[in-house]
Amino acid sequence: MWRGVLAILRKDLRIEWRTKESLAGFVVLGVLLVVIFSVALDPAPADAPRLAPSVLWAAFVFTGLLGIQRGFVLERENDCLGGVLASPIDPATLYLGKLATNIVLLAVMQALVVPLVGVLLHAQLGTVLPALLLVLFLGNLGFASLATLFAAMTVRARAREVMLPVLLLPLLVPVLIGGVKATEAVLRGGFGAAAGALGVLVAFDAIFVVAGVLLFEQVIRD
Amino acid sequence: MSDNLGYLFAAYTAVWLGIFLYVRRLARRGRELEEEIRDLRRRIES
Amino acid sequence: MPLLAALFPWAVLVLMLVAQWLIFVVVPTEAQMGIVQRIFYFHVPAAWAAFLCFFVVAGASAVYLWRGSRAADRLAHASAEVGVLFCTLVLVTGPIWARPIWGVWWTWDPRLTMTVILWAIYAGYLMLRAFGGADEAVARYAAVLGIVGVLDIPVIRVSVRLLHGIHPAVLTNKEGGSGLTDPMMRTTLYVASLAMLLLGGWLVALRVRTGRLEAEVAGLRRELEHV
Repeated sequence: MWRGVLAILRKDLRIEWRTKESLAGFVVLGVLLVVIFSVALDPAPADAPRLAPSVLWAAFVFTGLLGIQRGFVLERENDCLGGVLASPIDPATLYLGKLATNIVLLAVMQALVVPLVGVLLHAQLGTVLPALLLVLFLGNLGFASLATLFAAMTVRARAREVMLPVLLLPLLVPVLIGGVKATEAVLRGGFGAAAGALGVLVAFDAIFVVAGVLLFEQVIRD
Repeated sequence: MSDNLGYLFAAYTAVWLGIFLYVRRLARRGRELEEEIRDLRRRIES
Repeated sequence: MPLLAALFPWAVLVLMLVAQWLIFVVVPTEAQMGIVQRIFYFHVPAAWAAFLCFFVVAGASAVYLWRGSRAADRLAHASAEVGVLFCTLVLVTGPIWARPIWGVWWTWDPRLTMTVILWAIYAGYLMLRAFGGADEAVARYAAVLGIVGVLDIPVIRVSVRLLHGIHPAVLTNKEGGSGLTDPMMRTTLYVASLAMLLLGGWLVALRVRTGRLEAEVAGLRRELEHV
């Protein structure tokens, strides 16, 4: 099964690399959101670092919603989804492959956005990098676990593309809260302080990766 | 204390009104559907 | 059986009126919050009823996905609608209660926050079913959403505790845990809860019937095309 997952991951990433324009758009959107939030909040220089976690995660969530939809839309437009389903890949493998792809895409976007937030909001993100990377990974995993499942629903009809954020946002609140609180704690005092928030993220990830594996088949059937 | 009575009244009115409106909506929809069923059945038989 | 079905709505009404009488006439006034505290006796049962409805949505959705039962699908849809109704009532009575007690219409305390999120999740479910189109797949998508929503409940509950809420001391009062001094208060709460539960059951049954009629209409329409 894991060979299948890697195969899907490699294929998807190769497609993303070839269509660099849309990947670039995805990253630029993240950057833009950070700038817009910073301008709208307009904090005094002393207050700015306090806002960094919130700005980060709000930007990630919105960028992520727009970007992950593309992954499936791309396939529908080339009618590749039919091809993929015709091959004997089981839905669980397909789901995990797509999940991995989405996590990588999020990480690529965050690689640019996180340093940017550090610069714009004067937050010392570099000193806590390992802890921060763990928080980001857990958050990405949680976000992508549900987003991958729901994005497959938009393959069938137009109205649902608008619906994706509407359906996903309330479900993703724990990821948002956990991510922000964990990032805050990490910036203040390293790992220990983040225990509660990390627990939330880990629990979310565990529940919804399993749920995704079990339910994905229902979403791509027919 | 007596102006808090207003809040108490508002809350319970909201609950009863909400329930009443929902039941009324369901009853109405039910009648429309039953009529449509009768109408469709007639058209199929003819 | 049909006698039971005919009597049930009256039983619901009687029980609701009994509860209302207990709440307005019998139960003693709570010491700290005064008469406004009586809102609690519908506010909390409505929340419990909403939760139960959402659990039914998840269960019925699971049955639909793994057995293909259309009746289960109709039950899920009906339960979601009634659940959102109860959730709305919680979100309306909550602020009405909060305003005289704490001077604000809204607080981001864990319970209210969770109720808003839950409302949004299942309002989304209803929107998906209403606007997702006539495609067969929509029912399956909604079922997935119904299950995911319930799975999210424990995580949401834990995560909102991480937010700044209203002052804890006031919070315990609102939860009613330390506030229910008189045994009559407990009894009133239980009677009101039973009344809400049965009311919910009746509303779901009505809504399921509507769903069945809609299915019949759809079937007849298809038959008409082939005639």
